[in-house]
Amino acid sequence: MLDDFINQFWPSTIDGLALGAIYALLALGYTMVYGVLRLINFAHADVFMVGTFAALWSVRTLGVSDVGGFALIGVVVLMAVVAGAVAGGGAMLLEVTAYRPLRKRGASRLAALISAIGASIFIQQLMGAVVVHRVFGTSKEGGKLDVNEHFKKLSDVVDVGPILIRNDQLLVFVGAVLMMVALDQFVNRTKLGRGIRSTAQDPETAVLMGVNIDRVVSTTFLVGGIMAGVAAALYFLRFESTNYFVGFLLGIKAFTAAVLGGIGNIRGALVGGFTLGLLEMYGSSLFGSQWRDVVAFSLLILVLMFRPTGILGESLQQARA
Amino acid sequence: MNLTKNGNGNDGPGGLRAARDRLSLDPLRNAWSTAPGPVRWAVYLLLVIGGLLLPNQAIGEFMAPSGSDWPSMLSNQIAIYVLLALGLNVVVGMAGLLDLGYVAFYAVGGYTMAIFATKYGWSFWESLFLAIAFAGLSGLILGAPTLRLRGDYLAIVTLGFGEIVKRTANNSSYVNGPRGVQGIPHPPTLSEFEIFGVQPLKYGLLDSRPYYYLLLLFIIIAIIFVKRLERSRVGRAWASIREDEDAAELMGVPTFKFKLAAFAIGAAIGGSGGVVFASQQTSINPQNFEFLVSALILAGVVLGGSGNIPGVMLGAAVLAWLPERFRGLSDYRMLIFGAALVLMMIFRPEGLWPSRQRKAELAEGTGGMGSMGAEVAGPGQTVTAEEGK
Repeated sequence: MLDDFINQFWPSTIDGLALGAIYALLALGYTMVYGVLRLINFAHADVFMVGTFAALWSVRTLGVSDVGGFALIGVVVLMAVVAGAVAGGGAMLLEVTAYRPLRKRGASRLAALISAIGASIFIQQLMGAVVVHRVFGTSKEGGKLDVNEHFKKLSDVVDVGPILIRNDQLLVFVGAVLMMVALDQFVNRTKLGRGIRSTAQDPETAVLMGVNIDRVVSTTFLVGGIMAGVAAALYFLRFESTNYFVGFLLGIKAFTAAVLGGIGNIRGALVGGFTLGLLEMYGSSLFGSQWRDVVAFSLLILVLMFRPTGILGESLQQARA
Repeated sequence: MNLTKNGNGNDGPGGLRAARDRLSLDPLRNAWSTAPGPVRWAVYLLLVIGGLLLPNQAIGEFMAPSGSDWPSMLSNQIAIYVLLALGLNVVVGMAGLLDLGYVAFYAVGGYTMAIFATKYGWSFWESLFLAIAFAGLSGLILGAPTLRLRGDYLAIVTLGFGEIVKRTANNSSYVNGPRGVQGIPHPPTLSEFEIFGVQPLKYGLLDSRPYYYLLLLFIIIAIIFVKRLERSRVGRAWASIREDEDAAELMGVPTFKFKLAAFAIGAAIGGSGGVVFASQQTSINPQNFEFLVSALILAGVVLGGSGNIPGVMLGAAVLAWLPERFRGLSDYRMLIFGAALVLMMIFRPEGLWPSRQRKAELAEGTGGMGSMGAEVAGPGQTVTAEEGK
């Protein structure tokens, strides 16, 4: 058990960082929406799932096969752009149709949560029963689609002392970090970003100060959706296949990561994502991979017992109990 | 701050508000609150008789026309969901704690029944009490370390707990992992007596009506129990926690203790549902306890009108019935179901049948569950707000 852990230490670290990068990107979407609306956006996982299909569609349409090296980076960027656009648009559409009417009527957060669950079921079924069948020609049950034929399996390895890093892991990590830096700059440096921060802090005052709240909320969903889309493209690099319920567990984990880091806190999502990815991989090398999710959720409970607002705390806004 | 709903004499946008007012249950409520005691008891009696007559074929033809067996739909889906919703309502509706992993307690009940009946030969009734105790205990075990967390942190922890229970069952060879436990005995037949062509105390394979009656009994007990609690000191403590936990604490309400009690009671009711489920199905596996079940029960509670017992029962029954009723639509039924959830929330965010107290709270604030952050009215709405005052 411990031997496994020691032998597997570096591979699981690298794996954990790559996985954590994807969690972190998804967690950003949860955390931003939570920061602004105080809503657990359950449908975010399905926005991600739509993104994976958009990415797949783009490589299929392009008809590339066996790309590797720099061409691969180009293809990944293209996938990320298409998936980001579709997922971002989808997230905005979701906000306008499912959440805005509730928000306008001052509905309780619980009602919004149920609306989110409904929207999540709707998007999943829409993709599973209608879109996947029409566009990709597979049945709902056999709906697992992969990208093997399009990518050359990335066997190239970067060798750093005892550490072997595969190309795909490196690409996922770098891509995710780039997006996070971009997001951090956007939220901290731009006018819209300031709007988002002020709304998160105090929506009433933000409105009085002339912040267009609808626009802020839309932007939040758009940015979260784009992050999910990029995560979807990177997910393909790492896991190579998708289906219509791929978002579910990943979404729960990403939300866990967001809470772990301190929900509403953008840097917290980052810390939480990597922490969760690493701990999950260490946990599965210690206890066996079937206990991976149990380890993840037990750690969440443990961390929250000692740090009730997550590792970094809620800094995007004050806790409004 | 809620600017749109204090609209006395406010016509509101289009006919929407008028339509909503027509749906109002207030005349009924007034009649009910002034009704004398014997009338109330008569109504309760009629409701129980209605519940007993529900598996009737004539009702079944309307409710389940596509050939599916109406009594088994009632017992497998509707009655179980109603019972679970009553339990979750204690946690969410009364104490205001958001629980996204309620299915865990249902699973604890089901697995306790399965293990003790198949491995130790306990009878249904013995296992039932043990399972209820275990489910309540698991509520305490989860609650003790986590109930100091607020709001959505609690939500994610309970969600995590639900997944932990499911995956542990999935990974343990003791309960056959993903294949689950088979050969769980039916409850022992208490009597063979027959009335109107039913043997209500003979628990067999073919007729699911006895299970429905058993669940009906559980539901009635749960209603009485919960209703008594609601009117007691405990219920008032829960309401105060739901509305403002800090204020409740300052007023001397031991909030932690009462939250723990809500968790344990809700869990025990959920556990009893799991027992009946396991003994009727005779086999259970971890796939019976997906997150979706938690989500649907919660949706039933909120859709019906969180905190109001008849409303919660109505909501759960509707949500359990809809997907079964429209099985004919096969692939599209869950699609429509998801859309229906969103639409119902848009048109009746306070639920189909909210309690009067809750409705008043909602009109003032948000009924203790807090509002969405950016719920401040936009520029277009300030005018309505002025008029509404």
